[in-house]
Amino acid sequence: MGMTMTQKILAAHAGLKTVVPGQLIEANIDLALANDITGPVAIRELEKAGFTKVWDNTKIALVMDHFTPNKDIKSAEQCLECRQFSAKHNIVNFFDVGQMGIEHALLPEKGLTAPGELIIGADSHTCTYGALGAFSTGVGSTDMAAGMATGKAWFRVPSAIKFNLTGTLPEYVSGKDVILYIIGKIGVDGALYKSMEFCGEGANALTMDDRFTICNMAIEAGAKNGIFPVDEKTMGYITGRVTRPVTVYEADEDAVYDEVINIDLSALRPTIACPHLPENTKPIDEVKGLEIQQSVIGSCTNGRIDDMRIAAAILKGKKVCKTVRTIIIPATQEIYLQCIREGLLEIFVEAGAIVSTPTCGPCLGGHMGILAQGERAISTTNRNFVGRMGHITSEIYLASPAVAAASAITGVITDPAEV
Amino acid sequence: MIVKGKTFKYGDNVDTDVIIPARYLNIAEPEELAKHCMEDIDTDFVQKVNLGDIIVANKNFGCGSSREHAPLVIKVCGVGCVIASSFARIFYRNAINIGMPILECDEAAKKIEADDEVQIDFETGVITNVTKNETYQALPFPAFIQGIISSGGLLKSLKERGAGC
Repeated sequence: MGMTMTQKILAAHAGLKTVVPGQLIEANIDLALANDITGPVAIRELEKAGFTKVWDNTKIALVMDHFTPNKDIKSAEQCLECRQFSAKHNIVNFFDVGQMGIEHALLPEKGLTAPGELIIGADSHTCTYGALGAFSTGVGSTDMAAGMATGKAWFRVPSAIKFNLTGTLPEYVSGKDVILYIIGKIGVDGALYKSMEFCGEGANALTMDDRFTICNMAIEAGAKNGIFPVDEKTMGYITGRVTRPVTVYEADEDAVYDEVINIDLSALRPTIACPHLPENTKPIDEVKGLEIQQSVIGSCTNGRIDDMRIAAAILKGKKVCKTVRTIIIPATQEIYLQCIREGLLEIFVEAGAIVSTPTCGPCLGGHMGILAQGERAISTTNRNFVGRMGHITSEIYLASPAVAAASAITGVITDPAEV
Repeated sequence: MIVKGKTFKYGDNVDTDVIIPARYLNIAEPEELAKHCMEDIDTDFVQKVNLGDIIVANKNFGCGSSREHAPLVIKVCGVGCVIASSFARIFYRNAINIGMPILECDEAAKKIEADDEVQIDFETGVITNVTKNETYQALPFPAFIQGIISSGGLLKSLKERGAGC
């Protein structure tokens, strides 16, 4: 029986010729990631269990991105724990304020994730790196601790759903709309325990930033991972970032899928996920006109340079509505610098938006944009659960950067084609 | 191992943000963190829960974030088991890795009601609804996962095998 891309990567890392769905394997990992929330728990578990050394100090990444720059004493102490651990074990890829960015934008940018690799991360959006043709998946702190100690992790080999993408995206429709549309179609557990494998000419036509956004939200459909085939765009992205040799895996022609779903990208509309589940999606036409008090453009889902550019193109020469707090967060220092060089920050500030240093802050209701009782936000983040961004009666509408920028101008949820 | 307790019943897609909101994730002490367990879905949960009580929910329990704090606070609150039609995959592995008992059983998830008295035999996977005088059979764990559970969690099982140093 043929194998999917994911199954091939898992088999290779488990030292096996073939694997089948449902098989439990122990695989070698190429990188283990944690942040300032999950890292301290992993460190304490590691030490409590009596492990005194890490497996490889070059293959562990600790990124201080969630409650940073630290919002209070307790979160400062969590970063301190990670800082001390990194110093003690000489963790090469410890990213503190000044070097850090939002982890899932940062690691690909730093060349720490590459095609064919197996990455685990104590953060659910670790599935982002599938955009590079890697197998990457979110785990908890204990898995992270085990990965740091042994360089291995256990997996149940997933079956897969194949998404055959055709056509090209219309103007103002992006990777975010693709993944929201898919989650709306299959539900928040539509790919539970499975891989989402994206392919077809439409997949090749997508930019790398769109692919990162799509794989990032695979977890929102319950998936173990999302993955794209490696093509010239992938190789272009890693050039100058990844210097080690990479292995490119392709799905076998006779690979077996649970389901094949065809999606014509040219037929998609800007798509919104309404409260309180990412599967509650509607085309913009059914949601527009709803008043908002906050617009957030950023996060591991949509804080990349393409996202900043489209937001700036829409905001250029315009003012955001006085009643909409508009918060823009370039995801990494490199993206921030790129925004400065391209004049995007000036456009944002002149429009009346604020620009923050990289942080996950508002996405998870941590800091930098918490919602009060009954408030409504349009946000390019990834979850709209009850209380996710603040008060339990607040509401989050998930959307693309184009929709969030257009809505910031008008004060109501707006089709970017209409501003 | 047998647990027995009264049940708390929830619906589909109970997410980790309602199990333990991110605003508390700067708290390091498990006992302090556990005071906020289920706060955004069931404000009285912590006051009402007793040792051995059982959480029952429908599909995709624990979806969302990878925060291990979610199964941890449920465990620290004294919950004896979570039964659901299905679990989100990261919650599922986190629960196993930290030794928080969970069972997948669609029939039990559908038939058990709030406050039913339920007994679980983990050896056999038999769930007995004492209140309704019914039994349901949960899916058994594969041997590999049973090994992790019987060692008392992933790190202990690795230590037993002599992995790492």
